[in-house]
Amino acid sequence: MRAEYIKIAFNNILKRRLRSWLTMIGIFIGISAVVALISLGQGAQAAIDEEFAKSGADRIVIQPAGGFSTSPISVEMTSEKLVERDIEIVKGVRGVDVVTPMRSKIARVKFKDETKGLFIIAISTDKDVLQRVETVDFLRVEKGRQLTPQDQYKAIAGKALADDLFERSVAIGDKLIIDEVEFEVVGIQKDSGNPGQNAMVRIPTDTAKELFEFGDDIGTMMVWVKDAKNIDDVADRIARVLRKEHDVEVGQEDFTIQTASQIVEGFKQIFGAVTAVLIGIAFISLIVGGIGIMNTMYTSVLERTKEIGIMKAIGARNSDVLQIFLTEAGVLGFVGGLIGLAIGAGISKLVEFAIGVQYGISLIKAVFPTSLLVGAMVFSVGVGILSGALPALQAAKMNPVDALRK
Amino acid sequence: MSKKYIIELSNVWKTYTIGKVDVHALRGLTLNVKRGEFLAVMGPSGSGKSTAMNMIGSLDIPTKGVIKLDGQDISKLHESDLAQIRGQKIGFIFQKFNLLPTFTAKENIMLPMTFQKMSQEEKLKRAENLLSLVGLGDRMNHLPSELSGGQQQRVAIARALANNPEVVLADEPTGNLDTKTGNIVMQYLKKLHKTQGKTIVLVTHDSDIAREAQRIERLRDGALVNTKRGNKK
Ligand SMILES: Nc1ncnc2c1ncn2[C@@H]1O[C@H](COP(=O)(O)OP(=O)(O)O)[C@@H](O)[C@H]1O
Ligand SMILES: [Mg+2]
Repeated sequence: MRAEYIKIAFNNILKRRLRSWLTMIGIFIGISAVVALISLGQGAQAAIDEEFAKSGADRIVIQPAGGFSTSPISVEMTSEKLVERDIEIVKGVRGVDVVTPMRSKIARVKFKDETKGLFIIAISTDKDVLQRVETVDFLRVEKGRQLTPQDQYKAIAGKALADDLFERSVAIGDKLIIDEVEFEVVGIQKDSGNPGQNAMVRIPTDTAKELFEFGDDIGTMMVWVKDAKNIDDVADRIARVLRKEHDVEVGQEDFTIQTASQIVEGFKQIFGAVTAVLIGIAFISLIVGGIGIMNTMYTSVLERTKEIGIMKAIGARNSDVLQIFLTEAGVLGFVGGLIGLAIGAGISKLVEFAIGVQYGISLIKAVFPTSLLVGAMVFSVGVGILSGALPALQAAKMNPVDALRK
Repeated sequence: MSKKYIIELSNVWKTYTIGKVDVHALRGLTLNVKRGEFLAVMGPSGSGKSTAMNMIGSLDIPTKGVIKLDGQDISKLHESDLAQIRGQKIGFIFQKFNLLPTFTAKENIMLPMTFQKMSQEEKLKRAENLLSLVGLGDRMNHLPSELSGGQQQRVAIARALANNPEVVLADEPTGNLDTKTGNIVMQYLKKLHKTQGKTIVLVTHDSDIAREAQRIERLRDGALVNTKRGNKK
């Protein structure tokens, strides 16, 4: 393709300005819709990822398998549990960042003159756990502070516990008596949306071990991985080492491992399907745009029969004429694509802005990866050229003598 | 033969079939043109003059007979070869000028060179020289619609010379011009013949114009009538 052909194309497109605009409308509606949908879709996917990364995408929960062993010999010996040694083993797995046991027990909690049976949970107060604790929705603190390594008889009260459970609401600095032992409330939890979690009392692990004689039993284990992307691999590795440690076969595990990624994947699949349908609809508009280009090119070939004859008379080969008309169709696609890209980008930025205004935060960021920009241009030029192919072929095969007689 | 004659038509037939009717535009035309000759072809409308010019210019191939251009038989060639030959060896000048309306004078002259893949610099240089040659050095960037008929035809002459062809075919080049302008165009054609030694075949209705040529041939019903020498040598 020669530069002249592009010039010829622009000459002709500019000469028929109105028709050229009308021709390109189909292309730029299609391209702008596709660009806006993909850019917002990818932005939304990123937002989902980010949201889950903030709360749970990097978290694995390991629990003892439910119920007791069916072995009739000894219930005690085979009752399934996770033990201190399992923590060390899981900490050693590649990709694991932080591990904490999460023990729980129902105990009598007394405030002023009232006593209730409530869930007490205990997690590690180590620094590395402390750094992660705010990423867990039922461990976030609304007032006061988290438990630190120095804390012993300190507690964090659930939101509902603090506000509604007792006659008088519990405040920072108040005393709770748990199994006869006095604890000072240093923090109030955020509402997690879960009534059970909102009625908990959280205390440091070491204090809990002293108080409740948990022994070797660590209850549940919460694991944070280094990179949320690898969470499934890490979960697999944990399963493998725990099977070995507990000497069980695949399918016979005495523990269960859950990750948040399954939930995320499911959600993303639905979202992806919806986006795909919308993009499909936008593509139909591109096809209509292509038909518009084809129609215009056929008209153009008929109108310019004489010109085609002249060009052939001065030495144009069929392939030259073919290229000239293909270039023109390609340029229509190109300009249409460029405008579509600009409009599409504008729409996504507008949506991003509107959502920002509505919710006061930039929830969805419109993203424009190079692949999208290049892809959209390649596609619109491609649609143009493809639609121009038949008309261009007709022009190329024209008999020069007949063409000149027009 | 082929040394002396640049154009050789022997018993050339061209038959157009319109529906079920055969129209014989050429009926056994035999005509030779010497290298460097200035030939005028006359004849009534519909006698096959344009058809003959198209055959010579390798725009079309005959139904029957042989056409040789510069010794090469072009009567059975394919379109791509014909395009190559006409691009390099032939310069066409038409009655209706046939310039591309969206191109400037200079661009119109450059286009034939584009098809021969000439470099941009050379194209520009040649186009400017050729425009000066036809006295339009000051109209390079004018569109055809901004030029008079006579000026347009001079641009067409310059375009015909773009690839320095051996043969210039002018099909009624003065047909759309008044006598005065027509004469100016003729002066340029004669200048080409004299100074550049081009072989020129000129189709015309006007016997005054035809007399400018070295030889006049008359066509009737697709064949030559008689041969007669022109007044000027
Ligand atoms: N492409 C064509 N299709 C059908 N008939 C044609 C075609 N070209 C020329 N003719 C016919 O052939 C005859 C000669 O035409 P032409 O060569 O144009 O004559 P001239 O140029 O001498 O006026 C005419 O009868 C014309 O109608
Ligand atoms: Mg004619």
